[in-house]
Amino acid sequence: MTNMNTATTQSDSDELILSVQGVNKRFGGLQALSDVGLAIKPGEIYGLIGPNGAGKTTFFNVITGLYTPDSGEFKLGGNTYQPTAVHEVAKAGIARTFQNIRLFGEMTALENVMVGRHVRTKAGLFGAVFRPASIKREEAEIEDMAHELLEYVGISQHAHHTARNLSYGHQRRLEIARALATEPKLLALDEPAAGMNATEKVELRGLLDKIRADGRTILLIEHDVKLVMGLCNRLTVLDYGKVIAQGLPQDVQKDKAVVEAYLGTPAH
Amino acid sequence: MSTFKMNKTTSVVALVILTLAAPVLAQTLGGNYWVRILDFALLYIMLALGLNIVVGFAGLLDLGYIAFYAVGAYLMGLLSSPHLSTQFEFIAGLFPHGLHLGFWWILLIAGPVAALFGVLLGAPTLKLRGDYLAIVTLGFGEIIRIFMNNLDRPLNITNGPKGINAIDPVVFFGIDFSKPHDLLGIKLSPGVMYYYLIVALTLVVIFVSLRLQQSRIGRAWVAIREDETAAKAMGINTRNIKLMAFGMGAAFGGVSGVVFGAFQAFVSPESFVLWESIYVLAIVVLGGMGHIPGVILGGILLVGFQELLRELAVPVQKMIFGEVLIDAEVLRQLLFGLALVVVMLYRPAGLWPAPKREDRPVTRLRGHTSRLDGGV
Repeated sequence: MTNMNTATTQSDSDELILSVQGVNKRFGGLQALSDVGLAIKPGEIYGLIGPNGAGKTTFFNVITGLYTPDSGEFKLGGNTYQPTAVHEVAKAGIARTFQNIRLFGEMTALENVMVGRHVRTKAGLFGAVFRPASIKREEAEIEDMAHELLEYVGISQHAHHTARNLSYGHQRRLEIARALATEPKLLALDEPAAGMNATEKVELRGLLDKIRADGRTILLIEHDVKLVMGLCNRLTVLDYGKVIAQGLPQDVQKDKAVVEAYLGTPAH
Repeated sequence: MSTFKMNKTTSVVALVILTLAAPVLAQTLGGNYWVRILDFALLYIMLALGLNIVVGFAGLLDLGYIAFYAVGAYLMGLLSSPHLSTQFEFIAGLFPHGLHLGFWWILLIAGPVAALFGVLLGAPTLKLRGDYLAIVTLGFGEIIRIFMNNLDRPLNITNGPKGINAIDPVVFFGIDFSKPHDLLGIKLSPGVMYYYLIVALTLVVIFVSLRLQQSRIGRAWVAIREDETAAKAMGINTRNIKLMAFGMGAAFGGVSGVVFGAFQAFVSPESFVLWESIYVLAIVVLGGMGHIPGVILGGILLVGFQELLRELAVPVQKMIFGEVLIDAEVLRQLLFGLALVVVMLYRPAGLWPAPKREDRPVTRLRGHTSRLDGGV
C-alpha cells in the first residue's frame, strides 16, 4: 500500500477534474470494488491498470453511470455529480469510448460525430421540422465541428464512409472523435489499444499525446502496461477491486504489490 | 453532371405529372373502383411513413401501430357524426343537430391526441427491445381495438361492433367531398377529390419525415436504433427520444385515420385488426426500412399488387386451366406471403433501401485549419 500519495488530499480538490472517493460496488456475493478512489488533475493522462478481472471496467462503468455504486463520492470539475443515468453523466462532462467499439454502424463517420453534438445542442421536434434560422445555424455548426473533429483525429477522408466499413484503427479514432464532440471535461477511454497492432498503437499514442497537449484530460483504462507507462502522468493499479498502488508510473512500476499482482508471488 | 441534372428534373416532372394524372387515368381506365384503390394505397403510404419513423428510424418494432389509425378514425367518427348526441342527453342538449365538428379541426386535434396515445402506449415499453417490444405493442394494439369493440355498454360510446356511420365528409371551401363536382368542365368524383386531399397530406408527412430525418432528433433516433448503449453514452436521453418517435409515428397514424373516417363515412373495429398492423409493417419492410422513397414504393406495390391479383386471379386461371382452381382471396394471400419470403431472401434491406453512403457525393471538404486546435 505504498504511494497512496498527494492526489486524494482534500486541499487541491478544487483544481481536480475528477475526484472519486470510497466507491463500493457489490455484485451478489462478489465485492467488485472496495473503497476505490482516484483524483485526476486537468491536462493529464491518468492511467487505470490492473490484471484481468481487477475491476477496471466495473469502476469505469460506475463513474460513467452504467452501474449504480453502493457508495461513493463523485466530483467532476469541482461539482458533485451522481452517476445514476448514463446520459446525465455525458451531459455533466464525461465522454467515454467502449472496449469493444460501439459505433453507430449504419451511419457515416460524419454522422457518428454529429450525434456526439446532441448533448450540447437543442433542436427539438418543432425546430427540426420548421428549421428557424437559429436551428439552421446550429445544424451548420454541428456539421462544421464534426468535420473538424474528423480532421483532428486524422480520418477526414472517411467522413462519408459508413462507420461499419472503417478499419479497426479508424473506428477507434472515430469513437474518440465522437466522444470529443460532446465537449467533455474528461475523456474516458476503455482499453483503446485492445486488438491493435504495433503500428496502430504507436499512432494511437500520438493521438492521445496530441489530445493531452491541447489541454484535455484523459482517463485511460489499459491492459497494455507499456503503453500506459509511456503515456500516463499518473496511474492507479487495481487488483481484486482494491487500489494496490497509486502514483507516478516509475514508482508504481517498482511497487512490490504491483509486481506480485501481475507476476504472482515468488515460490518459496 | 448536366445530363444527370436534366435527368433528375425530367424524372421529378414526370413524377409530378403522373401523381396528378393518376386518378384521372384510373377513372378512365378502370372506373371509380380503381380511384378508391388509389386512395387506399395513399392512405397506407401515409400510415407506412408514420410507422417508418418508429420502426425505420428509431428501430422500435411496433406491431400495434394500427391502433393510432383507429384513434384518428374514431375521433372523426365521434366528433363528426350524430352518434354521440343520439346517445347522450347532455350532448344532444348542447348540440341538437349532432356533433359536427369540421374535418379540418379534427385533423388538427387528431395529431396531438394520437401522439398522446403513442406516448402512453410507448412509455411502458421503453426498456423492451426487439421481439419483446413487438409482443407488447401487439397487445396494446389489440387492446385499443377490443375497447372500441366493447365500449357500447354500459355507456354506448363507440357503438361496439356495429361501428359509427353517417360521418360527415370533408368540406373544403364549401365543396362537399362526398358529392361529385364540376370544376371548369372537368368532372371530379368524390374519390378523385379525396385523392388530391390525401396527396397533399402525404406530401406534408413526407416533408416532416425528411426534415426530421436530417435533424438532431432524427440522428438520435438512428443512433438508438444502431446502438442504444452508445447513444446513452453520447448523452442522448433515450427515454424522451424514443417517446418522441412513438408520438410522431402515432400522430401520422391518427391523421391518416381521420381521413379514413371521413372518406368511408363509417368506422368499425374490424378495420383495425392485427392484420392491418402487419400489412403496414410489410410495406415498410418490403419498401426499405428508414428510406422514405422506398416506403412509398412499398405502399404502391403492395396495394397495387393485391388489387391487381384480385382482378386478374379469376380470368388468368380460366385462361390457363379453363377453370378456377384457387379462390382469388386464397391466391392473393399465398402470393403475398411468397413475395415477402422472396424479398427477404434476395433483398433483405427492402426493394429500395437507403443508398449506400459511399455512393453519395462528399458535400463539403474543409481546407482551413481546425479551430479545435486550441481546445474545445
